[in-house]
Amino acid sequence: MSRAALTHPVDGRFGAFGGQYVPETLMSALGELEDMWHEAKADPQFQLELAGHRRAFIGRPTPIYAATRLSEHFGGTHIHFKREDLCHTGAHKLNNAVGQALLALRMGKRRIIAETGAGQHGVATATVCARFGLECTVYMGTEDMHRQSMNVRRMKLLGAEVVEVKSGSKTLKDATTEAIRDWVTNVRTTHYIIGSVVGPHPYPEMVRDLQRVIGDEAREQYLSLDGKLPDVVVACVGGGSNAIGIFTAFLDDRDVALVGVEAAGRGVKTGEHAASLVGGRPGVLHGTYSYVLQDGDGQILPTHSISAGLDYPGVGPEHAFLHETERVEYVAVTDKDALAAFKLCTRLEGIMPALEPAHAIHHAGVIARELGPGGSILVCLSGRGDKDMDSVDAE
Amino acid sequence: MPSEAGRAQGAVSSASRLENALRAKDDLKLVAYMMAGHPNKRRSIEVGKRLAGSGIAALEIGIPHSDPLADGSVIQHAGQVALEHGMTVSGALGVAQAVAAEGVPVVLMTYINPVLSYDPRRFAAEASQAGVAGVIVPDLPIEEAEPVTGWFRAAALETIFMVAPTTPPDRITSICSHSSGFVYCVTVTGITGARKELPEGMPELLREVRKRTQLPVAAGFGISRPEHMKSLRGGADAAVVGSAIVEAIERGGDAVALVKELLKACR
Repeated sequence: MSRAALTHPVDGRFGAFGGQYVPETLMSALGELEDMWHEAKADPQFQLELAGHRRAFIGRPTPIYAATRLSEHFGGTHIHFKREDLCHTGAHKLNNAVGQALLALRMGKRRIIAETGAGQHGVATATVCARFGLECTVYMGTEDMHRQSMNVRRMKLLGAEVVEVKSGSKTLKDATTEAIRDWVTNVRTTHYIIGSVVGPHPYPEMVRDLQRVIGDEAREQYLSLDGKLPDVVVACVGGGSNAIGIFTAFLDDRDVALVGVEAAGRGVKTGEHAASLVGGRPGVLHGTYSYVLQDGDGQILPTHSISAGLDYPGVGPEHAFLHETERVEYVAVTDKDALAAFKLCTRLEGIMPALEPAHAIHHAGVIARELGPGGSILVCLSGRGDKDMDSVDAE
Repeated sequence: MPSEAGRAQGAVSSASRLENALRAKDDLKLVAYMMAGHPNKRRSIEVGKRLAGSGIAALEIGIPHSDPLADGSVIQHAGQVALEHGMTVSGALGVAQAVAAEGVPVVLMTYINPVLSYDPRRFAAEASQAGVAGVIVPDLPIEEAEPVTGWFRAAALETIFMVAPTTPPDRITSICSHSSGFVYCVTVTGITGARKELPEGMPELLREVRKRTQLPVAAGFGISRPEHMKSLRGGADAAVVGSAIVEAIERGGDAVALVKELLKACR
């Protein structure tokens, strides 16, 4: 079987992973969503409209950028950034939100719900709802509302209702659970814009299709710049949408190593982390079978990461598949190292990365020291760091 | 449509204990729900035993899960309390065993991940050993079910699937054919939790389900009041009452008074 065939879900699954573990109430909506997505994807009119919004609203294509001083600092390997931080609203999240909003309009659903951790997906969703005149409710954990208060203010200004989620660990996991319960209740009128490549089929596939523009652009840009592909592509992984977005274009390039970087928090051995692939085992969370952080009895564990966007006990099922087939290597980086990389990148490049891709930047440094001069690394700089000022100051 | 034919065909196999317990005979059967380990293990066994003798047709016992997608705030909270007091899958099977010994048919209700984590084969064997009659897994739709329900069948456990107001007719047929014991008809588009009024489309949905199965049909979600019982009589074989009972247990009671009041309206 070719690589391309392997990464296309069969019956909603990537190998053993994926599926639709949801209450019966949602099953027909998921079926409708799958049909509508395949229809829209094949419709030139839809693609044309999406391309227009990507250009004029999101600001695509985003550039790739040679991080020369960082390269020098890490021993001479060429490090490039794919600048998703330059997307409108400051992260790759808008790529997905715009596509799904167009789909909601096509389905005639005028109410949108979303979950958010760092607030970037919430802001992206509130933004497209303002742009297309849709009603918007965003679920967000109490703890995340504190550490990402600027994004809460942005969402409210954009006209979204932000619902505080006080249950469980009060972070992204609980916000997602609440959003799914809302969807179960209002499924006839509401479209749920999931922010990552997680959730029941067809979400992991659909969000991947909408995010793969990152890698499609980057691969072409890199080739025209350097005449060859990078040795390594590195991206951070929470649910994993920016990583799938950049990896997809390179899956067939067997000489390009792909590395996903999870959040090790205070260290994977301490139990206070969010590294589902490095430190978890297979299970079902939020409608999909993938790697999950859980106790011996199948209860989902609380997580910790300095970065709200990575603070999630699950990961997309396609990542679980890429992990098991070893096409992608997954590692974990601590809060401390991510914070140092945040500061280093800000000082050396004049680019303040979000704490999420700061994990990837740290690991790019580790790889760069191994590769030495002549090596080349492409990092997905998934978002900008203004939102993290309070977290960084607090450390 | 396989209406009468379908019912007749099902009659060939002998009806199970759960089926017999839930089939209405000029009345409406009542199924109560409680959470294992809520408010703690000892107390939940006491409450379960009292409910077992209160005149209900069957008792659903919830196994708590950290992320209950199909449940409203009352049952979610009960699950949190149970988990905080150390309830486990194994502990819940112990609660089920103690309550099933009273003679009431016990149906376990939990989510797929605790079952997968425990190992479906072991879960089925131990549930059967505990005297459990059937299992409901609300986040396990028929498409994903077989690897798990095969073990339930092998252990002589019934698997109860849910029909929702959003389920199209041909899918209702398919869900009915996958179910055993009874068919669970979710009356509201939403999660569990008491509501004032039942939705308008409910009688049609119950009719659509009954047309397609010989099994008893139980209505659940949102049902909590005597007037709900009255409106379900004739339309459903049984009514499942969950959140209202869990709330009574949360307040320190055993919910028997509520059950008696509801039962009056069932006859």
